[in-house]
Amino acid sequence: MMAKGKFLTLLLPFTFCLLTLTVRAQTDIRVTQVREHFYMLTGGGGNVAALVFPEGITLVDSGRTEMSDKVLAAIRTLSPLPIRYIINTSVDPDHTGGNVKLGAAGGQITGGNVAGQVADAAEGAEIIAHENVLERMTAPSVKPPVPVRMTPGTTYHVDHLKLSTVYHGDGIELFSARAAHTDGDTLVYFRHNDVLATGDVFMTASYPVIDVDRGGSINGEIDALNHILDLAFPDFRSEGGTLIVPGHGRLCDSADVAYYRDMVTIVRDRVQDMLKRGMTIEQVKAAKLTRDYDGVYARNANWTADMFVEAVYKSLSAMTTGAKPAAPKPAVPKAAQPAKRTEAAQPAKKK
Amino acid sequence: MRGAALFVVHQWSMQNLNRTVIGSLLLLALWEMTGGARPASAQVDFSGEWAPRFHEDQPERVPGPELGDYLGLPINDAARLRADSWEGSMLTLPEWQCRPHGADYIWRGPSQLTIRKEEDPLTREITAFHAEWLRSLDNPVYLDGRAHPSEDALHKWGGFATGKWEGDMLTITVTHLKEGYIRRNGMPRSELATVTEHWMRHGDFLTVVTIVNDPVYLTEPFIRSTDYELDLHQHVPPYPCEMVTEIERPAGVIPHHLPGTNKDLQEFSERHGIPFEATRGGAQTAYPDYRKKLKLMPPPATTRPRIPEGQQ
Repeated sequence: MMAKGKFLTLLLPFTFCLLTLTVRAQTDIRVTQVREHFYMLTGGGGNVAALVFPEGITLVDSGRTEMSDKVLAAIRTLSPLPIRYIINTSVDPDHTGGNVKLGAAGGQITGGNVAGQVADAAEGAEIIAHENVLERMTAPSVKPPVPVRMTPGTTYHVDHLKLSTVYHGDGIELFSARAAHTDGDTLVYFRHNDVLATGDVFMTASYPVIDVDRGGSINGEIDALNHILDLAFPDFRSEGGTLIVPGHGRLCDSADVAYYRDMVTIVRDRVQDMLKRGMTIEQVKAAKLTRDYDGVYARNANWTADMFVEAVYKSLSAMTTGAKPAAPKPAVPKAAQPAKRTEAAQPAKKK
Repeated sequence: MRGAALFVVHQWSMQNLNRTVIGSLLLLALWEMTGGARPASAQVDFSGEWAPRFHEDQPERVPGPELGDYLGLPINDAARLRADSWEGSMLTLPEWQCRPHGADYIWRGPSQLTIRKEEDPLTREITAFHAEWLRSLDNPVYLDGRAHPSEDALHKWGGFATGKWEGDMLTITVTHLKEGYIRRNGMPRSELATVTEHWMRHGDFLTVVTIVNDPVYLTEPFIRSTDYELDLHQHVPPYPCEMVTEIERPAGVIPHHLPGTNKDLQEFSERHGIPFEATRGGAQTAYPDYRKKLKLMPPPATTRPRIPEGQQ
């Protein structure tokens, strides 16, 4: 018996490793524990942040549509509870693609006695995003139309929105990063867990995607990175403290964001200097202004160093010429729209 | 050993099984006595208070390196541009003020070191060493066989370090590093680098060899050795750090030099009469053969007075 017991004891870690590998192989999703009840899911498109709380799960982003089943399977290894909220950090399909399937796996804490009369009041998770995400999703130019269940049911248009701890599992603050990656970016801060999910404003293996055509701008991007640093508290010797879940890549802290902010600012200054000296975009690209950072940040084949430099040039040129980004086509009359704050032609307001 | 082997052969020729077994046992005993079968888990105690010794590279390590001194560094063009762009006042940014040196560089810093050991209470095996300098965090080196974290895990200044015994030498693998520097004049080391350390103790002296492999900024491994001496009177005090506004500057400004505009890069060459090309570094400048090439290069056109000793 002793020998058998010893054998099983020895076998146990091996079996556990096998099980872990099996789960990974089935889901293709890697799960990183950030805090006791907070996780980062990687591999399903953009990173997905998951807060598990007694009444359910709050997610930041939902990954790509085709990865929804795998993301959901990974979430189910964390908790069987319903997904209550999905907060989208931008309109990008690799961050919103799972809204339909993950949303359907959830339900809202709402309705009470009313739920019986309003049949779908509590159906599906509540999707929250900046107003411009909704506008871009529902623009008439979007063909085929985005399914209603993919669009945010709750939007905000101000600088800052607070969500309550009781319903969302934490005191969650949404900060609009206007005219950064796009014009609908949101930084999501979990106050009690001290975790900040940044969306694509910050990524660890890629230059920032400045989507000028959708209201993004290089100066808004730099403002957003500085805002992250304003919000985050570094721990002793600038390590740890507020933990940062980037739009893509590994778990970070504020020191990592500072390096990124420095890099983006320095590249912006280099492009701006050449632009001031009347250089064309071809000349700027030929100067290879990012070559000292390419080994780290040009690892994304879909967003090369040249594409980044071109976007910076375009964004800075728009500032000088006064060109504005293509605004989302609202589905409602213009008079009913809130004032836009997304002109790339102006530096975003310092937070 | 040779005698023991002959002894076994002799016994075998006698076709006597019992005697062969006895002979084999004798052979094993001799093997043990000669140290040939030293246990794989040999454990040298590195714990204690260690004072740095600066006979190697003192000017670089204590007053600090000069701007534009890239001599002996196996760097590529990307590293050169990064260092050329570096402006020292970047260190006054709040986010930079309290950062410690990275795991590879901190051995070279001018601060004392304490190493503590962690033991399994039952087996008394050393399960970890913890290295800590005046201005560092705890840098644990795990010896308990644990795996390195996934690629998605947080990177740290000290990285994630595991060690294994190679005789009396402890060989350590460090991954998950935050970005750092290989020289304190802006010469970068990327977060994708890995570091191998060899800890060796000779009586009261500790020698540590670090080997940096950086796919982003180095063309070949960068190897350095550093010495410490046991100091029973030393105690590393706490060294708190708070971020403050050291310099008032407009929001969002990051100090740096635009490419081709850093005039300070010539200083090192002119002050020491070293050809500028040589000061730009590269793997070849790390090897003795380079001295021949150096003699063929023109000296710098202008010279500057050297900074007197002690005023650097």
